[in-house]
Amino acid sequence: MTAAPIEARGLVKRYGDVTAVDNVDLTVGAGDVYGYLGPNGAGKTTSLRMLLGLIRPDEGTAKLFGRDPLVEGARALDGVAGFVEAPRFYPYLTGRRNLELVAALDGDGATGRIGEALDTVELSARAKDRVGGYSHGMRQRLGIAGALLRDPKLLLLDEPTTGLDPAGMRDMRLLVRRLADQGITVLLSSHLMGEVEELCDRVAIVRTGKVVYEGSLHELLSSTAGRYLLRTTDDVRAAAIAAERPGIGDVRFADGGLALSGSEEAAAALSIALGESGIGIAALVPHTATLEELFFRMTEGDSTGRVAAGEPSPREEAVR
Amino acid sequence: MTAHALDAPVLHGHRPGVGTVYRWEIVKLRAQKRTYLGFAAAMVVPIIFVVALLADSGGGGPEDVPFGTYVRETGLAIPLVCLAFGAIWLIPLITALVGGDIVATEDQNGTLKTILTRSVERWQVFAGKTLAALTYAAIVLALFVGTGLLLGGLAFGFDPVTLLSGTRVSTGHGIALIGAATLSYLTPVIGFAAIALLLSTVTRNSAAAVVGALMTSLMMQVLGAVSALNFLDPYLLSTQFNAWQGLLREPIDWAPVVRGAWVSAAYAIPCLFAAVTVFVRRDVAGG
Repeated sequence: MTAAPIEARGLVKRYGDVTAVDNVDLTVGAGDVYGYLGPNGAGKTTSLRMLLGLIRPDEGTAKLFGRDPLVEGARALDGVAGFVEAPRFYPYLTGRRNLELVAALDGDGATGRIGEALDTVELSARAKDRVGGYSHGMRQRLGIAGALLRDPKLLLLDEPTTGLDPAGMRDMRLLVRRLADQGITVLLSSHLMGEVEELCDRVAIVRTGKVVYEGSLHELLSSTAGRYLLRTTDDVRAAAIAAERPGIGDVRFADGGLALSGSEEAAAALSIALGESGIGIAALVPHTATLEELFFRMTEGDSTGRVAAGEPSPREEAVR
Repeated sequence: MTAHALDAPVLHGHRPGVGTVYRWEIVKLRAQKRTYLGFAAAMVVPIIFVVALLADSGGGGPEDVPFGTYVRETGLAIPLVCLAFGAIWLIPLITALVGGDIVATEDQNGTLKTILTRSVERWQVFAGKTLAALTYAAIVLALFVGTGLLLGGLAFGFDPVTLLSGTRVSTGHGIALIGAATLSYLTPVIGFAAIALLLSTVTRNSAAAVVGALMTSLMMQVLGAVSALNFLDPYLLSTQFNAWQGLLREPIDWAPVVRGAWVSAAYAIPCLFAAVTVFVRRDVAGG
């Protein structure tokens, strides 16, 4: 049987009147490092719980390699590992003993991978200490080690760097990168833009339970090409002239100047027109939005959810 | 879009089952101090009883409980008196401490999601936990009775014991009957463990489950004490803690023993069925 590592269709989860996950579709292909990006409370963790079969969707289906955990039970998780929220272990057992426990519940020779997993997350030296004495970062790494015992083809990680110090975050990202380079498909839930930009090739951005963008990260970032930042000696007159120029659109005041969209030719013609009008150009620079800017546009737009990549934020003052 | 696809990974070799879960539940119990506190509590009560009898050298024994008048004649009477005492709160409490805790604590601490995302089915996890809770209850009961027998024998001698029917039996026969009585006593203990497991699963709160199970035990004892509700008595789980007394007669009175077994089963089976149904279908979002 061949199937995408993750395929979710129409996932809905409600808690009373609150719709935590609202008709979410996700497709994660083999080898993807897929960022599941959204602010706190957007429904990321709830989605991951549904994917792992920990909670039941009210509507929709979630399949891992074509298998539904609610139908096939634990067999649907073969080759799948990860953790939701912080990984949790038994504080009164040592790190190694905790791994022995989860390895026993994994079967398939997982016990034989404990040493290697501890080495990978650099916890071998503390393996004989009780987990109750571990730092947050050490528990996160133990969570990764626990996931690696399953020899996963798909790894689901829910905000793995949350609560880590900068060095811990860097190490965790390097580890995820290394695992992805080994061919493991990774679904990384995060609200950290830099992390997603650094690690992921595809993203889904969620807002109040809904996916507002799903696709290639590169395509998302390049969707904002053709935008310019303009600073002049008279921004008010320049805005009026720009608004009248053919090929120039979406003119607004932003970042101490003007933001506008248009082709290179239109931008060149505008610069001539401004010069002819006696307006000096201090700067005219192409501007590609960062993931963070796009994220805020998408996740802080109006409640109808119609804000999409490249569309203006309501926070910005439009000229027309 | 068309996603890249992979052959679905499949677990090769031995797949873990109930036995694996059970073994690791025992490992977890062995690693927790609370486990040993329960064992200690089960041993302390017979110790206190024997010490109190030795300290009161001129007194008799507790006359209002079966075998109470024989405690100074033979140590074999000590565990039997302890069984009567233990039914009131000690054994239900210790049973509830683990039964009420074994699912709820994992839910509260978030470790339930750790084990439910491995290669075992939910029902297997529940079955392993149930077996571990019952094993704990059986060990507690064995320690309770064993301590009473050992200390009673050392203090008052391993002499023949007079049964409730007035027949005197040899020491060996008496010890065998104590073993059988303990097994009979175990059936309502299993019933209480099942109630505790159900509360543990449904409430997801360890304290609520432990207190709830204990309150259930006390409530049944209150119901049993109300004369207007005497018709309920044969069907109360608390009443079945006295069923073992049928074994301590010559000839054996099997009626209370058999009733104790089926009444206990009538409590335990629906509770366990309800608990596993909830456990298999529930959302695991704690921790």
